[in-house]
Amino acid sequence: MSLTRAQIESIAHLARLELEPAEIPAYQESLSRILDWVGQLDRADTGGVAPMAHPLAGLTQRLRPDVVTEQDRHELYQAIAPQVAGGLYLVPKVIE
Amino acid sequence: MTATESAWETVIGLEIHAQLATRSKIFSGASTAYGAPPNAQASLIDLGFPGVLPVLNGEAVRMAVRFGLAIGARIARQSVFARKNYFYPDLPKGYQISQYELPIVAQGALDIVLDDGSTKRIGITRAHLEEDAGKSLHEGLGAFTGVDLNRAGTPLLEIVSEPDLRSAKEAVAYMKKVHTLVRYLDICDGNMQEGSFRCDANVSVRPRGSEKLGTRAEIKNINSFRFVEKAIQYEVARQIELIESGGKVVQETRLYDPDKGETRSMRTKEEANDYRYFPDPDLLPLALDETFIEQVRASLPELPDEKAARLSSQYGLSAYDAGVLSASRALADYYERVVRAVPQEPKLAANWVMGELAAALNKESLEIGSGKMPAERLAGLLARIADQTISGKIAKEVFEAMWESGEGADAIIESKGLKQITDTGAIERAIEEVMAKNPGQLAEYRAGKDKLFGFFVGQVMKATQGKANPAQLNELLKRKLPG
Amino acid sequence: MTAIHTNSLTQLAQGLRAKTFSSVELVRAYLQRIEASQPQLNAFVSVTAEQALEAAAAADRDLAAGRGGPLTGVPIAHKDLFCTAGVRTTCGSRMLDNFVSPYDATVVAKLKAAGAVTLGKLNMDEFAMGSSNETSYYGPVRNPWNTDFVPGGSSGGSAAAVAARLVPAATATDTGGSIRQPAALCGITGIKPTYGRVSRYGMIAFASSLDQGGVLTRSAQDAALMLREMAGFDPNDSTSVDTPVPDYVAALDAPLAGVKIGIIKEFFDEGLDRQYEHRVREALAVLARLGASLREVSLPNLPLSVPVYYVVAPAECSSNLARYDGVRFGYRCKDPRDLQDLYRRSRGEGFGAEVKRRVMTGTYVLSAGYYDAYYLKAQRVRQLITADFKRAFGEVDVLVGPTSPTAAFRIGAKTADPITMYLNDIYTIGANLAGLPALSVPCGFVAGLPVGLQIVGAHFAEARILNVAHRYQLETDWHLQAPERFT
Repeated sequence: MSLTRAQIESIAHLARLELEPAEIPAYQESLSRILDWVGQLDRADTGGVAPMAHPLAGLTQRLRPDVVTEQDRHELYQAIAPQVAGGLYLVPKVIE
Repeated sequence: MTATESAWETVIGLEIHAQLATRSKIFSGASTAYGAPPNAQASLIDLGFPGVLPVLNGEAVRMAVRFGLAIGARIARQSVFARKNYFYPDLPKGYQISQYELPIVAQGALDIVLDDGSTKRIGITRAHLEEDAGKSLHEGLGAFTGVDLNRAGTPLLEIVSEPDLRSAKEAVAYMKKVHTLVRYLDICDGNMQEGSFRCDANVSVRPRGSEKLGTRAEIKNINSFRFVEKAIQYEVARQIELIESGGKVVQETRLYDPDKGETRSMRTKEEANDYRYFPDPDLLPLALDETFIEQVRASLPELPDEKAARLSSQYGLSAYDAGVLSASRALADYYERVVRAVPQEPKLAANWVMGELAAALNKESLEIGSGKMPAERLAGLLARIADQTISGKIAKEVFEAMWESGEGADAIIESKGLKQITDTGAIERAIEEVMAKNPGQLAEYRAGKDKLFGFFVGQVMKATQGKANPAQLNELLKRKLPG
Repeated sequence: MTAIHTNSLTQLAQGLRAKTFSSVELVRAYLQRIEASQPQLNAFVSVTAEQALEAAAAADRDLAAGRGGPLTGVPIAHKDLFCTAGVRTTCGSRMLDNFVSPYDATVVAKLKAAGAVTLGKLNMDEFAMGSSNETSYYGPVRNPWNTDFVPGGSSGGSAAAVAARLVPAATATDTGGSIRQPAALCGITGIKPTYGRVSRYGMIAFASSLDQGGVLTRSAQDAALMLREMAGFDPNDSTSVDTPVPDYVAALDAPLAGVKIGIIKEFFDEGLDRQYEHRVREALAVLARLGASLREVSLPNLPLSVPVYYVVAPAECSSNLARYDGVRFGYRCKDPRDLQDLYRRSRGEGFGAEVKRRVMTGTYVLSAGYYDAYYLKAQRVRQLITADFKRAFGEVDVLVGPTSPTAAFRIGAKTADPITMYLNDIYTIGANLAGLPALSVPCGFVAGLPVGLQIVGAHFAEARILNVAHRYQLETDWHLQAPERFT
């Protein structure tokens, strides 16, 4: 299989990754190879087999009591933020 | 219905997001309380910091099950949380934890009452648990958007109706029914201004008689019943006009602008999002056993329809009155407390609760639970009407005084001397005085001007400061006036 | 005091309790070795000397007062994927170069509570994606046995540090072999526990259904001691299992008579270097001598492990890494033009090529139209592989084979083709897919470079595999050997 440049750009955008135009052919090649190679999974007969989302078969989700356990630590957490003002995280303005 | 309207059929489905009234968030122990300073209630988990993991709030699960049972839905014995992947500043992890293929609640229904009094059953396809996103603030920050993640992680129950609604009015009735139900169940406070109850409408039109669904537009985040109605009406008209003039409805998201009264396309260059749903590997499948479900069932309150039916049969109320009184559990409980104190007057009680009391509360923007007029105190007033101590008209005056002062009916009747005059002798004397003072009108009445009866009623009432028993006054006047 | 670093973790813990030496002395000695080694090995990203000496002094006070725990005063280091409060946690990536974590991972907190003293954070493949520690933003780590060679990955820094005696033990993580493969390439012992045995809270996620925290040490005995303190139920991790932690140390000595060992047929394939195979078979002969019975077992779906992994792991990582967006922490690009530019360039500049490759692969296999064919298909094959293991454990107690198809390779030798690199994990990935505990112990050399024997157990059978490894190490001395320059 061969992914086109447009496909790489589309995947890169879905994943919000800026790629250098010069790099795109290399990604086309490696991704195409990888996807081809994993295509060998088609050989396996998986009729009637359920997909395995967790290695812990039979275990189910634990429930937590509805109690407030967290305090306001925004100053600590925001000490490493790239840009904050008045407690808000700032990003370039979004126009809806 | 206009010619245009009858040629087209409207098809509407509603997606309602109800914020569940848990104390802490669905996957973290941060508080869900409204109105905190920006990011004061955003824990590391809510912020999507590296290395953090979600743990599920049991109360959110119970609330979802409560809703499912109340709509007669199937509760999934196993449901799965899935990641919905997309990038937006108010979505810190870059994915929302939701439920996709296996939701916790499947296939239920709610009955709504239409304008003509008939009932219609609206199917509910599913209801699932998910986490709310944060808030983006676009105004007042210059070239920036500010992100507040306090709301991120608040539990939501997304309730999806079948496309069974056929008009804006039906949509509003359904939305109101769901609103009442979630409040009844104590799972959501229904506060639309604060965003606890949000509605998206999927609207399409098709030629009447057609089976195929038309292309639908999604109108997002309409936060009042009135707006839902107006937005849908506008959208229906827009789509019909578009199609009739040769255009095609585009599947898109639109926003309702209440100032202009129109819907606008929302995503300008936004491509259709590929959310790449897959089961969240940080959460295990949610398994609910019979014991759990029965415990929740046992905790269900009497539901709105059951309550309305019971009020109607138990107290002889009309379906309409029973419906109004069962709009909230608090209101219904209040009404029943009043009736318990004056059991002989259920209809009188209904009229007063729906009338004077409701008006007084509304005027001061108070809720029924405000405690300003306890049920027993109102019942005391109604008892005095019932035993003829005061007339209904005087009672209104007494109510106002009770409302202002907080005193009971008896105290006010006493202090204002408002006891109804039922002594026939006294009323007769008052009538005779009025007859003597108004010879001209008396003569005209006796000559055949029946309308003047009301004049004499008014005059005697004036003379007795309104305290004459109206029934007795009427009877005595009828006897005495003709002479 | 000159040979203090030749002590095992167990000996150090004993020595501290016996007051043969102090924690401060130990820490000073190790810090010196670390500093000297950095130009050659580049095992550390951060060295927290001051904090370490403070903690060591506190540990000495505890020991003096008789308040010590099992690891009080013992120096360790953490793979730079475990969040450490107040200390940079970089994941070997430019994206987190400036990330000072506000909280401790559960594993970090538990080891702190047990008294261990952290010397610093260890280099690794970027976001744990790699088998050679060549993708780190901070430069490659080198193999102490031959610094022209890779130490393995992704926990290359952890393995090199232990092999070079810079710390007696280092925490690490294993998603497709990232503990066991570096252990094999560096001639040390490394264990990946059962999925759910060790908390993942604070362990920066790569592939959530595969990641497990574990440890690299010089012996099974040391690994048992560390794992006993690291393992346990954590309410902050929904995938953490609530079963008691056995005393792995107490279970080490059981004799191997009667233990049924299965030799994984599919691991002895054309990809396995012949010399490597000889060393492994010699190790199996030792196990037979110790009383274990050996037989061949076939796990026919196992050869599909690597393609399964390279669908599932990228899928999960593409989602796990979406939070790195330049908004709340981490790298942000300069002068973003708008929101999309902020996202695209922060991530494009913050992530290296291998990370981008895997994120894109993952995005693709989850996308509309491909989900069924790739992701669901892979998860179904995963079920088949898991069933193979289950069947095998119905016949035998443990499974063995080589850890890696070859010994360490030269830096740069396999970077041209991703798939060649991926195949380094061909023998290790199966245990991650099935969530099984597995370890690697050194069992010889090929051309002067270490060879690893892998031992895989059934769910929660850590005690069993540590026991087999320990009995093997009582019988052999591969694990006592140290690279020439770091003896």
